[in-house]
Amino acid sequence: MAGAKEIRTKIGSVKSTQKITSAMEMVAASKMRRAQERMSVGKPYAKRIRAVVSHIANAAPEYKHQYLEERPAKRVGFIVVSTDRGLCGGLNINLFKATIQAMKQWSDQGVDVDICAVGGKAGGFFSSFGANIVAAVRDLGEDVKAQDLIGSIKVMLEHFETGQIDRLFLVGNEFVNTMTQVPVVEQLLPLQATEEEKKAHPWDYIYEPDAKELLDGLLARYVESQVYQAVVENGACEQAARMVAMKNATENAGQLIDDLQLVYNKARQAAITQELSEIVGGAAAV
Amino acid sequence: MTVHCDIVSAEESIFSGLVEMVIAAGSQGDLGVAPGHAPLLTDLQPGPVRVIKQGGEEEVYYVSGGYLEVQPNVVTILADTATRAHDIDEAAAEEARRAAVHAITNQGGEFDYASAAAQLAAAAAQLRAIQQLRKKLGQ
Repeated sequence: MAGAKEIRTKIGSVKSTQKITSAMEMVAASKMRRAQERMSVGKPYAKRIRAVVSHIANAAPEYKHQYLEERPAKRVGFIVVSTDRGLCGGLNINLFKATIQAMKQWSDQGVDVDICAVGGKAGGFFSSFGANIVAAVRDLGEDVKAQDLIGSIKVMLEHFETGQIDRLFLVGNEFVNTMTQVPVVEQLLPLQATEEEKKAHPWDYIYEPDAKELLDGLLARYVESQVYQAVVENGACEQAARMVAMKNATENAGQLIDDLQLVYNKARQAAITQELSEIVGGAAAV
Repeated sequence: MTVHCDIVSAEESIFSGLVEMVIAAGSQGDLGVAPGHAPLLTDLQPGPVRVIKQGGEEEVYYVSGGYLEVQPNVVTILADTATRAHDIDEAAAEEARRAAVHAITNQGGEFDYASAAAQLAAAAAQLRAIQQLRKKLGQ
């Protein structure tokens, strides 16, 4: 019965792991509901401000804001929105893969890349990857406040304004459904006019009080709102991915326990048979 | 004659529907937007936004700043935070206003004038929203 005891301890340890993963699954499921709610309440604002900004991009303004100017790219910036914690399946890895692919397209053209890392995982990954991290924010928690993000966004906007970067991209996960999250790379700056909305004749707004002041405020607000929305959406993705990953882990642990139980029973039976045959053999010898 | 109007804040969608007129507190003074208004972009001061819905019914919302955009077929208000004017506790607003006035008149050594003035403006704007609502309800 030498192997049997070891197997029993092994089963015990797998069982306690299973308890942890199933608890994490349930916690993630309830957090996901709240995260999804947060995501959906922010959506109308993000959608509207995007519509307004695309109108601005399509207008023929008297004052051309620098966020609207297309410059030749010498250096580009990426805002990468990741999670703070792991154990959420391939969520972060898929995101980083997409980011690296996009980065490679630029570096092939001889363009350098700056990274703004949102979330602890992006910071850790890109610093070991050797990327140039210019801003980072981590430990955002579940209830993300826009104020927490403003600092790092401002760094990127200032870099854009001073011409240190000529494009700004946002990389984050899109929440398709509980099972599916897709990494998306989106250009924030310069703002792109949508082709189908381009008007035949040029028009412009009446600005009150002044075009520069208004656009400064509004466009910064736009970038902030897009990043904020991406962070909130990523939060929902994180919980959904964690829930699925932990569900799988719990199932796998169950399978493992079943297999080990079978091995254990066999070992036990073999030991009993052996003992019996020894007794019978001993009795025959007497 | 109506135009579609959307009022959204970062937290929620506040109003969406056809309106005959939108009256908001722009940074250059109050402005009313009727259907057919030229494209306009302006920022908003803390204050009430009055919406005259199709059929003449009126609603008042409070916004603490934001942007107003007019397009030929849609009026969009991007509010910083917007609460239904009903929801504002008038007593609390009055209290905040008094506290702000008190803070301005009794300036201490390390007094933050700008933030107190902002507090006063916000409280006064909330009161305005409530008063407009009162007038409308005929109280």
